Amino acid sequence: MPTQLKFRERPTHEASGAGDGVRLSAVSRAYRDRRGAQVKALAGVSLRAARGSVLAVVGPSGCGKTTLLELICGLQQPDAGAIKCEPAVLMPQRDLLLPWLSALDNAALALRIAGRSRKDARAGAAALFDELGLGGFERARPHELSGGMRQRVAFLRTLLSGKPVLCLDEPFGALDAITRQEMQEWLTGALVREPRTVVLVTHDVEEAIVLADRVAILSPRPGRVLAELTVDLPRPRTRTDTVVVALRERALEILTRSRVA
Amino acid sequence: MRRGLEHTVPPLLLALAFLGLWELYVDVQGVDPLVLPAPHAMFAELWDNAGLLWSNFTITAREVVFGLALALMGGFAMAVAIHLWAPMRRAVYPHTVGSQAVPIAVIAAPLCFWWGFGIFPKLFVIALICFFPVVVTTVDGLAAVDPDEIKLLRTLDASRWQAFRFAELPAALPAALSGARIALAVGVIGAFIAETSTPTTGPYAGLGREITSDLTALQTPRAYAATAVLFVFAIACFYTLTIAERKLAPWTHR
Repeated sequence: MPTQLKFRERPTHEASGAGDGVRLSAVSRAYRDRRGAQVKALAGVSLRAARGSVLAVVGPSGCGKTTLLELICGLQQPDAGAIKCEPAVLMPQRDLLLPWLSALDNAALALRIAGRSRKDARAGAAALFDELGLGGFERARPHELSGGMRQRVAFLRTLLSGKPVLCLDEPFGALDAITRQEMQEWLTGALVREPRTVVLVTHDVEEAIVLADRVAILSPRPGRVLAELTVDLPRPRTRTDTVVVALRERALEILTRSRVA
Repeated sequence: MRRGLEHTVPPLLLALAFLGLWELYVDVQGVDPLVLPAPHAMFAELWDNAGLLWSNFTITAREVVFGLALALMGGFAMAVAIHLWAPMRRAVYPHTVGSQAVPIAVIAAPLCFWWGFGIFPKLFVIALICFFPVVVTTVDGLAAVDPDEIKLLRTLDASRWQAFRFAELPAALPAALSGARIALAVGVIGAFIAETSTPTTGPYAGLGREITSDLTALQTPRAYAATAVLFVFAIACFYTLTIAERKLAPWTHR
């Protein structure tokens, strides 16, 4: 398990000037697995996400993608290299909604933690509920919501933390194909309304290209950046767009080659 | 209404069958009523001594309710302390287990020396007997929170207290309530132990005292009548708590 920092010890990375987004320089990170063996998760990763842009990170399972996000969020510290970024918030793979809270209260959790009263926090969350297509579900409990709706609530909770950087860990990984496509369109729309710097981790190459401005491809463990693709297309994008298809094939080719090597 | 019948008819039928077999056994075998009184004798005593049993019942009921409340508060507070502070866990946990082996008769004398012959020594005894299941279930419930949930709260800049307040505390509530139900099941017999091991002044000393003095006075049917009251009381307490659980932790019943 990666070493965990205690609650109050979590440092925020040096925020250096406006318009900086996220910058990782030659970051390495290893951890010990359950048997005590050292596992190199990341080896010299350099990445950059300009403020307000979407950076997607794709790679095979176990290439240190989750470690990367935890580093950006300050949940872990790098062994080597430097991370410069504005305050970041994590949206984990599973929605982790609290079963005893309504959808609205779950979304408002970030505001409650920021010290706002229950009423005030609810009002703050309710404003975005309608805007992001969740209207009418305020009082539903998490178990009454579909997978897609749960992810929307979880995303809204992340958004309401007010942090400029969002780290999304396979946000749509557990959804069926149709819902996933819906959610990708929804996320594109949500980010138009509420622009943020986004670091999106996914194993779905197509998803990365449809959503991101830049796509970084990581190698199998220890993760290194194999290539970075720039996706210079207007949004919303379709999967059948020839440029999207061409980029997808290139990314898959790079991933396949890294496997054989 | 139908749901109510579904829940009340089977236990009533079982009780009737049990009482019928018991009655039959005593009649056919000609058992001495001092050894085992017949149910009809028990119900006759229940009817004849309703006032006496009621007065004793109110004493015992008060002990059980307050003793349990003490056990729940004390057990919950101890579980929280154990959860939040590892040295506390290491220091206290073994002793809470050991405390369950202490025979009440051994500590009855100092309890009465400190607090007299009133209700307080009894409350302490009941709380001592009942707090253990609350501690164990609550500690487990607090520790069972998804570690990813805590990670998420930390990226939302939650303090330790907020993580406790928003995630751990509500997550542990169903477990704590299960502990409370176990505590309640032993709470009624705990009251019996408390009453019979510490002396009481006053006209009524509770059903536990009543039962032991009836047995020594060869009033066995009345002892059985008092036991029947305890039996029904325990059931009533249990279902009250079940209803409370549905109100307090509705997300566990969906």
